Amino acid sequence: MATTSIKSSFWKGFRAGLPFIFVIAPFAVLFGIVATEAGLNVAQTLVFSVAVIAGASQFTAVHLLTENTPTVIVIVSALAVNLRMAMYSASLAPYFGGEPLWKRALSAYLIVDQSYALTIVECEEHPKNSSRQNMAFFFGTVLPIVPIWYSCTLFGAWGGQAIPESFAIDFALPITFLAMVGPMLRTAPHMIAAFVSVAGSLLLVNVPYSLGLLVAALFAMSAGAWSEQWLAKRGDVDG
Amino acid sequence: MDNATVWIVIAGLALGSFGLRFVFIGLIGDRALPDWLQRHLRYTAVAVLPGLVAPMVMWPSATEGSPDPARLVAAIATIAVSYFTKNVLFAMATGAATLFIALSVLS
Repeated sequence: MATTSIKSSFWKGFRAGLPFIFVIAPFAVLFGIVATEAGLNVAQTLVFSVAVIAGASQFTAVHLLTENTPTVIVIVSALAVNLRMAMYSASLAPYFGGEPLWKRALSAYLIVDQSYALTIVECEEHPKNSSRQNMAFFFGTVLPIVPIWYSCTLFGAWGGQAIPESFAIDFALPITFLAMVGPMLRTAPHMIAAFVSVAGSLLLVNVPYSLGLLVAALFAMSAGAWSEQWLAKRGDVDG
Repeated sequence: MDNATVWIVIAGLALGSFGLRFVFIGLIGDRALPDWLQRHLRYTAVAVLPGLVAPMVMWPSATEGSPDPARLVAAIATIAVSYFTKNVLFAMATGAATLFIALSVLS
């Protein structure tokens, strides 16, 4: 009985994750192409995707590497893009709590936007499920996503060398990021944060070592948090 | 860029990203994050990515840093489509198509 419910949770997660293949595959191919165009070799590109599994953060690091940014700033900036993973970790923790440490460590490695989003909805909709079922569902969502991320990175890295110069591949990165940002602009504070980020980084573009980006990002985060709080307070007064 | 730097960045990002993902599931358990911290973390991606992309759009390296109308038009088309449709892949396709058309018309 217990085993069947664990298995069915796993396959339920797998089916939920399947459609994301169509989102993950093109991103992974593009990362392979952009990274090899930037000068990484095929092994580095593949290890990057296996070790980090976070598209936006990987693209950020590759871009800053091409700008000759100091190593520490590359790492800090790319990790800043990944700070949301800590938020995902915090929100999954109560649902995975009862599981052994090695399983929690493995699940931590596999937290990506899609596996998090699917699992948190499942856990909240079925509060009576055990932590084993929750984790089985989570591992199910990961099965169609993560191997595709690895393998399509490799295809991109192999194919990247064949793309002609005239293809304006330099602009693939800005287009990718802009396309990712649109859906993030859900609320007014998100838009304010994005605006401060753009204004700040354009004004601070001549600050050495790409530090301008980090400063702009700090201001933008504060602007988002501050305006959220301000709007919430005003809402309390109005309502 | 030299090989050693690339490997250091990969290793640093791998350890750092794992740390960020592991910190609560593995170490802290189910204690809730303070509100102010959650409030800031919510805006990290939207605080970094637009700022990263803005100089690439304004002063593209492919044109040695002089503003390029084709790339500007493509950028505006991409963000508009992604904002209104919430469809990342469709926005990327629109952006790429706009860029190729604009490059052949404007130059």
